Amino acid sequence: MYQLESVSQTYERRGNKIHALDNCSLTIPDNDFVAIVGPSGSGKTTLLSVLGGMLSPTSGDITLDGVALYELSLQERAALRNQKIGFVFQTFNLVPWLTACENVQIPMMLNGSDSREQRERALALLERVGLSDRTDHRPAELSQGQQQRVALARTLANNPQIILADEPTGNLDPETRKHAMNFLTEFHEDGRTIVMVTHDKETASYAQRSIQLVDGVPREVGPLQAA
Amino acid sequence: MKLRNLIFKEVWQRPTSMLTSLIAVTLGVMALVAIQNITIFSEEKINSDMESLGANVLVMPPDVTLQDYYASDLHGRTMPEEYVTRLALAQLSGVQNLAPKLCVATTVDGHEITLTGILPKNEFQKKSSWQGLDMLTSSVGTDRGCCATLANTDTDNSPESLARTRTIQELGEREVILGSDVASKLGVRRGGKLIVFEEEFDVLAVLPATGTIDDSRMFAHLHSVQALSGAGPVVNVIEIMACCDDAAGDLISDLSAELPEARVITIAQVVETQVAVNGLMSRLSWVFFSILLLVGAASIASVMYANVTERRKEIGTLMALGATRGFVTSLFLGKALLLGVTGGIGGFIAGTILAIILGPNLLGIQVAPVPQLLLIGLLSATAVALAASYLPARRAAGLDPCLVFNDA
Repeated sequence: MYQLESVSQTYERRGNKIHALDNCSLTIPDNDFVAIVGPSGSGKTTLLSVLGGMLSPTSGDITLDGVALYELSLQERAALRNQKIGFVFQTFNLVPWLTACENVQIPMMLNGSDSREQRERALALLERVGLSDRTDHRPAELSQGQQQRVALARTLANNPQIILADEPTGNLDPETRKHAMNFLTEFHEDGRTIVMVTHDKETASYAQRSIQLVDGVPREVGPLQAA
Repeated sequence: MKLRNLIFKEVWQRPTSMLTSLIAVTLGVMALVAIQNITIFSEEKINSDMESLGANVLVMPPDVTLQDYYASDLHGRTMPEEYVTRLALAQLSGVQNLAPKLCVATTVDGHEITLTGILPKNEFQKKSSWQGLDMLTSSVGTDRGCCATLANTDTDNSPESLARTRTIQELGEREVILGSDVASKLGVRRGGKLIVFEEEFDVLAVLPATGTIDDSRMFAHLHSVQALSGAGPVVNVIEIMACCDDAAGDLISDLSAELPEARVITIAQVVETQVAVNGLMSRLSWVFFSILLLVGAASIASVMYANVTERRKEIGTLMALGATRGFVTSLFLGKALLLGVTGGIGGFIAGTILAIILGPNLLGIQVAPVPQLLLIGLLSATAVALAASYLPARRAAGLDPCLVFNDA
């Protein structure tokens, strides 16, 4: 469970102070599926970075399962991300010179898993997202939808408890978007917590609840309905 | 998959960016290995030549150059044989052996042959004025204070002794010794007879092939050559075997003072010049090596910085997925290690091949691989590659992982 207490994040750009998060308090219980919505520059990505242990807030506390996230060292936070948090990115962020299977193996390699175990699990995950016939293809040889499915398989590599998704359908056509969201729903049904940043109402409608960020201030807006 | 697979995969898939750096590092090591290799074997050859040369000081008529002597000691100019006596009486410290020579041209069995007159050791001992000096029978390292490093000067009557020490114990007035080429040209063997200057000579011995000018010479007693050729009591050259330390020290000035009418040259001077050239080449090889490695280092640093910029998103993704700063640093330093090891080994192989090709063609020396140079090349190239990549690696490790997000 995530607990955010009066979290603020302030940037200074060209002498102007920007409040990306402004006294933000939020609770995200286990197995929640939250959509963070809001216009560009409202602080959505900042919130995701803070939740991912990658951006220490200017003030406030964030705990994950009772552990103060930013009291951990950089190395401990990297290990926590590797074991507990999976990421889905808008541009998939696959390593271009590795095959689909090798891309899925990366989190397991960072975890120190045995090479044979890595490969076996990566192949099983690629099969789960319907890419068992594309395991040795490089990203450039895959469609956008297939690349996002490889990225989704990679997210599950270390069986994370939380998935943080940044505009997961932003680069996909409507049909592929539906497939991707069905996978995320499946992952949620597996018992995982999903925090998804999106500005697309239809994508947000897959979530159990939505939080709107306006000028860094969160506001619960309940589940959104697809247009 | 392990870290090393990740490094190999990247280098294999995108080799072009690393190619310039690799070439610079390889060239640096190649220059060092090739020049050092040639220098090492050149010095070995000089040492071996010095050892086989026997004489290391020459006394010649004043207008004869060393080049004339080496081109052929048939330069025609002579000096009195009495110089030999003067040198012997002077009892100069460091003189181990005196070998006067007179070369004349003659025809034997229709073949043009150079006849060289030499003085056997027993002639020195016969002359009462030289008796008691004991100079010419003393062995190396005796209380005469001569250096112990000089080649053995003990002589006997074997052809090998003449070939090695330029002296022989005994030689009759009607005896000749033949160089190997002359013997085969004339078809004569030991015990045979030859007519020289209308006199019959017995062939005392045939010298083993030495690969020197001696192979095409015929040697006879100096006094016989002087008498039969009508040259009188003169010699072309007095070869002196001197202790190395003395030859490099005061001996030359002592000899010049003793024989101001003659020219005294120490071969050590020539050798020292060659050794100095070798030393210069060796130092230059380090300069080339350093310059090329610096160029390589600059190229590696530049490529690594470009690589960090180009791969910001990949690095951020790895960090988001749980890569530590140490892992990212290792990723870049691992690539540098691969570059250094490949450049070191490649440079050693290329440099050795170059030395093997250039050695015999440029300097007439045979060259073989020197394993110590592999170690030096490998360690230096790796150290330079790692040092040049350290800052870019630190920069990569310090990247903000938030840049992986869409609008970051």
